[in-house]
Amino acid sequence: MAPAESGSGQPVTERIYSYYPGCSLHATAREYDVSTRLVCQKLGVELRELEDWVCCGASAAHSTDHLLSLALPAHTLKQAEEKGLPLAVPCAMCYSRLRFALHELQNKDTLDLVSRTIGKELSTAVTVKHMLQVLADEDIPLPIVKPLSGLKVACYYGCLLVRPPEVVGFDDAEDPQTMDHLMERLGAEAIDWGLKTNCCGAGVAFARLDVVLKLSHRILSLAQKSGADCVAVACPMCHANLDMYQKDMTVKLGWKTELPVLYFTQLMGLSLGFSPKELLLDKHITNPLPMLREKKLA
Amino acid sequence: MSRIGVFVCHCGTNIGGVVNVPEVVEAARHMPLVAYADENKYTCSEVGQASIRDAIREQRLDRVVIASCSPRMHENTFRRTVAAAGLNPYLLEISNIREHCSWVHSDSKDATAKAIDLVSMAVAKVARHESLFPKQVGLTKRALIIGGGITGIQAALDIASAGHEVVLVEKEPSIGGRMSQLDKTFPTLDCSACILTPKMVDVAQHPNITLLTYSEVKEVRGFVGNFEVDILKKAKMVDYVKCTGCGTCWQACPERIPSEFDMGLGSRPAIYIPFAQAVPNKPVIDIANCRYEKYLKWKETEEGPEPPQCRICEGVCPTEAIDRSQKDEIITEKFGAVVVTTGFKTFDHSVYGEYGGGRYPDVISSLELERLMSAAGPTGGEVLRPSDGSHPKNVVFIQCVGSRDDKVGRPYCSKVCCMYTAKHAIMLREHDSEVQCYVFYIDVRAGGKDFEEFARRAQDETGALYLRGRVSQIYQEGKNLKVMGEDSLIGRPVEIEADLVVLATGMEPSDNADLIAQKLNISYNTYNFLIEAHPKLRPVETQTDGIFVAGTCVGPRDIPDCVAHGGAAAAKVVALLSQDSLTTDPLTSIIDPMKCVGCFACKEVCPFNAIEEQITRDKRTIASINESLCKGCGLCIVACRPGAINLRGFTSQQLLSEVLTLVRG
Repeated sequence: MAPAESGSGQPVTERIYSYYPGCSLHATAREYDVSTRLVCQKLGVELRELEDWVCCGASAAHSTDHLLSLALPAHTLKQAEEKGLPLAVPCAMCYSRLRFALHELQNKDTLDLVSRTIGKELSTAVTVKHMLQVLADEDIPLPIVKPLSGLKVACYYGCLLVRPPEVVGFDDAEDPQTMDHLMERLGAEAIDWGLKTNCCGAGVAFARLDVVLKLSHRILSLAQKSGADCVAVACPMCHANLDMYQKDMTVKLGWKTELPVLYFTQLMGLSLGFSPKELLLDKHITNPLPMLREKKLA
Repeated sequence: MSRIGVFVCHCGTNIGGVVNVPEVVEAARHMPLVAYADENKYTCSEVGQASIRDAIREQRLDRVVIASCSPRMHENTFRRTVAAAGLNPYLLEISNIREHCSWVHSDSKDATAKAIDLVSMAVAKVARHESLFPKQVGLTKRALIIGGGITGIQAALDIASAGHEVVLVEKEPSIGGRMSQLDKTFPTLDCSACILTPKMVDVAQHPNITLLTYSEVKEVRGFVGNFEVDILKKAKMVDYVKCTGCGTCWQACPERIPSEFDMGLGSRPAIYIPFAQAVPNKPVIDIANCRYEKYLKWKETEEGPEPPQCRICEGVCPTEAIDRSQKDEIITEKFGAVVVTTGFKTFDHSVYGEYGGGRYPDVISSLELERLMSAAGPTGGEVLRPSDGSHPKNVVFIQCVGSRDDKVGRPYCSKVCCMYTAKHAIMLREHDSEVQCYVFYIDVRAGGKDFEEFARRAQDETGALYLRGRVSQIYQEGKNLKVMGEDSLIGRPVEIEADLVVLATGMEPSDNADLIAQKLNISYNTYNFLIEAHPKLRPVETQTDGIFVAGTCVGPRDIPDCVAHGGAAAAKVVALLSQDSLTTDPLTSIIDPMKCVGCFACKEVCPFNAIEEQITRDKRTIASINESLCKGCGLCIVACRPGAINLRGFTSQQLLSEVLTLVRG
């Protein structure tokens, strides 16, 4: 963690992180990357993207080879270690893989094996934080331009961010509050609902779309029944499943409406004064703009 | 010069099959001071014992070695044997050539050599034995029972009926314990209150029982037969001599506090009896919540807004029994025996985040359901949902909440949950014939008289659906709860829309069970359940003489087991108290007052509080052993830096001569 005068009320001058966007944020989840960078810039959080990061391995690596699933994140962790800065990770899957690697590397034999594999001497001294943890820090003042008043947000954390608790060490695995508190600081109402950490179906979409439709539909319909205007997410995979398949849900499951799914950084960006255009809010499949206009937020 | 007799036992083929017994006998004959050696097929038989008695008389033996099984098996038997022949019973040494030799070796030659070594050590030791004499101490013929649940009630009644005085201490304002909170009992569906309250009244009316409710045990000193106990009597603020229990005060009190007895589902006033059939049927004032007491507290500092004065109870009491001058009081009483029956509480299910962590009002514990079913409960016996007061139709039960779950640190089975859930399923159907029950279970454990039949009845007659599997998640959807689980028998996930979810919360010991155990110097396990002296053969005794344990403070058990357990503890207490004096074992530590420097390192390590301070005639403070408390464990001996302590029967000199014999060959 960079030196921070936490709790003193003084503006924090130095919050510098190594930044590991991961593959998604350079491709399908570009709006997450863009909004994250804008928000960080505004809040004085400096992100320095690692020069030579590689894919975390996602579900492909750990389902084929255990060593590979550790070596890929280890390569990235080594770079972060060399920079001597804490590592900020916006993607929940990347976060999970990096934390898993750190957890496994606590074992000396595993550490030696992985070090030999990547050809570099590893340590486990690096701090890995999810972007939500970085930005939800209550010591960072929020210069709010447009409070999100009247907006009911269903904060959706998904499974990878919070589980397994002993590995990721992120909030309460059944009823996390980090994003809820952040949304309330922005002036929105974080609704209380029961599927915050249920699985959206993740990568099963490629093989069994029906399963993903069922799981994601359950999440969306409970969010809607609970009165949400939109769902806020912190994971590109969750976003894809919840945002992209709403039309299929209409056809196959009788999903009668639309529920916008936004990255939490986009909602932060809105309240910090960025335009929907800057935040790439027009990139979503389920268009959030009519709802945001109705709430006078766009 | 000693004349030592050595008797080697064949124990059938147990010893004789491996060890060459005649060879051992022959070797013994040549050992120093041995005047006589012989062998026996079964030394413990009457014939064997008689041969020892005869040999002692005929050979004028003054010390005896018996080479046989473990001293744990027959030492006391053989002590009586030598005593019958006129020897002091402690001039005997047992050499264990069965468990320590024949049972663990197969090579006859080596085993025989080892047996000879063992016997020669015993001969060397017994040569240094001295006559030891047990002491007699008096005892107080009075029993203390800590905890007034069904177990404590049963123990109190049984001891009192045998003619001994009993003091029953209960921390709540009424006796009755958890059983008084139950609606009905399995497998007979007896009304719990109907079978319990007559016993509670018997306790109150028994001439030999003194009831101390709203009281706690603070400190325990002394030893078996002679305990001295400090008991805190909390101020009730009501004069029980004047009070008639008419109820005017608790009806008039304007304060409402969540009722502990109703698991917070109902409320009670600040001056209250916990439930209608409470014994004693006289109220206490809950000082923390009484309006006038709060006013008095405010008056001391006058900080913040002035709370209203009240004193309505004082105004309405027809006998002027409210006595605000009462203070907490500590009394000291003497007892010969103590029975601990501190009972259990139910597991706090809020640690289960997947079941809502206590956030959903319609996810309740089984004890809460008991209160909802009880005609004397907060809803008058109508089962109504806490959230909106509607009648639940789909009810899901989840078994093993805080039982058989390593994840929450409760790997043990709570034993009663399968049965009370079957009872709930049957009862709910009786309350409302449209109710459909679903039970998620791991195994249905129905071991007990008429239990299996009862559990089947829940499934077959009332149509409760038993689903083998765990529930992974409960969440609120609209007014109802969605229960996501697994039916492992069909291997598929299941989802149930429930109006009410009942968690079969397991048993754990009452708060402060560990502190009470520490005060009494008895052991408890990692869950704070008290540990009995032997789980099978000494189930109500503890390692501390005179302290007995019974009921659910020892481990999960049901009502019939608790009653049997309470009765068993009572029988042990009665046996103890019916003696006129107690004989103490002479195998205790002994301190040489000339060597003791008074460092009290021994006191630090003594697990039995047997070390006392003593001032010598030359004004030195030294340690001395309370022989009634000492168990002869020997810890103090190794802790003693000047080597002032010895253990009778196992003195350093005796042990050293054993070692010397062995190393010299």
